[in-house]
Amino acid sequence: MHVHRFEKLWFGASLVLIVAFIGTIVYGAVGPGVAMVGDDGGTIDPDVVANGNYERADNFRAPGVYESSDGDGVDVYIVARQYLFDPGTAEPIEVPRGAEVTFHVTAADVTHGFNLAGTNVNTMVIPGQVATFDVTFEETGEYGIVCHEYCGSGHHTMEGQLHVVAPSQFDATAEGEN
Amino acid sequence: MATGHPDDRATRSEEEYVETEDGTRRRRAFVDRYPDAAQIVRICLGISFVAFAGGALFGLIQALHRTNVLRILPSSDYYTILTGHGVLMVLVFTTFGIAGLFQWATTRSLGVSPPSSRLSAAWLSTMVLGTLLAGGTILAGLFDAVPASADVLFTFYAPLEAHPLFYVGAALLIVGSWLAGASYFLQYREWRSAHPDARIPLQTFMVLTTMLLWYISTLGVAIEVVVFLIPWSLGLVQQVDPLLTRTLFWYFGHPVVYFWLLPAYLIWYTVLPKLSGGRLFSDPLARVVFVLFLILSTPVGFHHQYTDPGIASGYKFVAMTNTMFLLLPSLLTLFTVVASMEHGARQRGGTGYLGWLKALPWERPAFAGIALSGIMFAAGGFSGMINAGMNINYLIHNTLWVPGHFHLTVGTAFALTLMAVSYWLVPQVTGKRLQWRGMAALQPYVWFVGMVLMSNAMHRAGLAGIPRRTAEPQYDQFSFQAVVGSVAEMRVQIAIGGTLLFVGAVMFLAVMLATWTLGQPNSQLRVNGVLPEPMSGADDSPRVLDNLKLWVAIAVVLVALAYGLPLFDMVADGIFVPGSPPVPV
Repeated sequence: MHVHRFEKLWFGASLVLIVAFIGTIVYGAVGPGVAMVGDDGGTIDPDVVANGNYERADNFRAPGVYESSDGDGVDVYIVARQYLFDPGTAEPIEVPRGAEVTFHVTAADVTHGFNLAGTNVNTMVIPGQVATFDVTFEETGEYGIVCHEYCGSGHHTMEGQLHVVAPSQFDATAEGEN
Repeated sequence: MATGHPDDRATRSEEEYVETEDGTRRRRAFVDRYPDAAQIVRICLGISFVAFAGGALFGLIQALHRTNVLRILPSSDYYTILTGHGVLMVLVFTTFGIAGLFQWATTRSLGVSPPSSRLSAAWLSTMVLGTLLAGGTILAGLFDAVPASADVLFTFYAPLEAHPLFYVGAALLIVGSWLAGASYFLQYREWRSAHPDARIPLQTFMVLTTMLLWYISTLGVAIEVVVFLIPWSLGLVQQVDPLLTRTLFWYFGHPVVYFWLLPAYLIWYTVLPKLSGGRLFSDPLARVVFVLFLILSTPVGFHHQYTDPGIASGYKFVAMTNTMFLLLPSLLTLFTVVASMEHGARQRGGTGYLGWLKALPWERPAFAGIALSGIMFAAGGFSGMINAGMNINYLIHNTLWVPGHFHLTVGTAFALTLMAVSYWLVPQVTGKRLQWRGMAALQPYVWFVGMVLMSNAMHRAGLAGIPRRTAEPQYDQFSFQAVVGSVAEMRVQIAIGGTLLFVGAVMFLAVMLATWTLGQPNSQLRVNGVLPEPMSGADDSPRVLDNLKLWVAIAVVLVALAYGLPLFDMVADGIFVPGSPPVPV
C-alpha cells in the first residue's frame, strides 16, 4: 500500500494528539480528582420516590440536607419531579463552604437534569437510579439549579437555588430520622 | 470536468451525447443511462426536501421563540415544534437524502441498475409510511382536538410516553432503510458475479460500509422500540427501565451521526476533488477511513451518558478511549480532502502556500457549498472533542453548547453538503439544467454566515450553563453569567443566525423547485457525472480492505466488549426493573 510521506506524518501527529487527549483526561481523574457520576448510588424503586415512602428505600433518605455521619461533611438528598427540585425550588439548598457535600439525586416521575448553571456540577436524574457525587465549594455564593433535560410541557419552569454559606451560618435543615 | 489524465479514458463513456426529441444534442446524463435508479433518486430527494422545508420552518419558529423575538405559540407547544424539527431534520431529511445519494452512488459506480423494482417500491413505501405515521403523530400534538401527540423529542426518553403510532412510524422508517440497504447489496452482488476479481468501486465500498454500520447500530434502537416501547405504550407491559432504554437509544444515537456524516464524506472524497478541478489524493486511505468508522463508531455510545447514574465510570472510560480514536478517521479525512482540493486548485493554475485557495471555483454553488461545509465541520469537530472529553464534558453536558455543536456537524456538514451536491446532482437525475444559478451561488454563503452566528453564540451560551431543549432561556430565581460577551448579545446572534439559516433553506428550495418545474429536459446540461480516477488507485491498497465480513466481525466483537458488561449490569435485576410506568405528555 502506497502512503504518501505527508499522510504518514499526519497520521502520526493525529495519533499523538489522540493519546495526549486521553492523557489529559486520565490526569484530570487522578490528579485534580475530577470524579465521575458512576453506579455507586445504586437503584431505587421510582414508585417509592413518587409516594414518598423513603423508609422503604435503604439508600435514600427523605429529601433534605443532613450532616454526614462522620461529622465533617453534609449529605444532600434531592428528588426531582415535574416541575420542581425538593429541596431547591421552594426553598434554597444550603450547604457549608469548605465541606465535602455529597449529593444524592433521583427522580419521581420522568428523566430530569440537575446542573448548577455555569459549573461542572451536572448530572442526569433518571427514575430508578440515584446519582451520587461529591463537591466541595471553596467560596460562599449562590448558584442557580437548572433542569436541563426536557421533562414535559412545563420543563422551562423547573429551577432552583443552592446557597453556599459560611460554616458558622450553616444549620442542617433535616434530621436523620431514617 | 475531465482533467486530461489518461485514467479518464475509462470513464469517458459517461460523456456521450444523446439526441433529444426536438433533434438537439445534449450530454447523456445519469437519467438517460439508468432511468429507474434516477427515478428512485428523484423520489428520495423530493421527500427529503419537503421534510427539510418543514424542519426549517420549525427551526425558525424555535429560534425566534426562545430568543423572545417572536412568539406565535404558547411555550408548552414549543416542544411539539422541537420534536418536529428534530425528527424531520435528523431522521426524515437525512434518511431519504442518504437513500437517494446512495442509490445514485451504487448505480453510477457499479454501472448496474437496481436489482428489483418491487424491492425498491417496498423500501420506499415502508419509509414513506413510517414518516407519515411518526410525523402525523407529532403534528397532532398541535391540535387539541386530535387525541394523539408525540412531544417526546428526537431522543424519546422513557418514561415520557408518545402515542404508539409514533414508535411504530419510527420503526417502519428504519426497517425501510434496512430494505434499501438490502437492495444496494443485491446490486453489488449482481456486479460481483460479472467482476469476480475486481476491487469494489470506491463509492460502492463507501455505501456498503456505511450500511453495515447502520445495520449494527440500528439494532439497538430497534430493540428499544419493538421490544420495550411499543408494548409499553400499548399497555401490554406496565413499566420499562428508563436507563436500559436510554442506553439502547445511545447505542444507536452516536453511530447514527456517522450514518449522516459518511454520505457527506462520500461526496467530499469522490465529488469535491473533481469540482475543485482535480482528483482524489488517495483511494486506499479513503477505504481505511470508512473501515475505521465501521469498526469504531458503535462502541462509543456511552460518551452520551457520561453524566448518567447507574453506569460504572470504567465503562465510560472505555467509551471515551474509543471515542478519541474515532477522531483518527476524521483527521485523516481532513488531510486527504484538503490535499485533494489543493491538487485541484493547482491544476487550475493556483500557486503559493495558501494562494491556491483563490484558484478554487468559489462562485460555483456545488463547490462552494461542499467546501464551506467542510470548514464548518472542522469547527464542529473541535467542539466535539470537548464533548468527548469525559470530565470537561460535565461543564457543557445538555447545555446549548451541544446543539451548537451538532448544527455544525449534521446541520452543516451533512445538510449543506446535500444541498450543494444537489446543485450538481439534480440536473443529472432530472436531465434539466439548474435554474436560478445566481441564487444558488449565493445560498451556501447565506447558510455559512447564519451558522457562524448561531452556533458560536450557542457554544458560548452553553459555557454559561444555558440549557438546551427549553422554551424559556431565562429563569426567575437567578440569571446566567456570560463568560465572553453578554447573554443578550448571544440571543440576538441566535435569532439573526436562525433567520439567515431559514432564508438559506428557502433559497435552496426555490432553486430546486425552479429546476424541477421550469427546467427544460432538452437544454444542454452544464454538469457531467464523470469522476476522475484517484491519484493513488485501489490497486495500491491491500485487498484485505475489501473484506467486509472481516470488518463486520471485528466491529461486532468491539461492540460486545464495550456493551456486554454494562448491559448485563442493567438487566441483572430483571429487564423491566427498576421500572417506570408511562408518563403521557
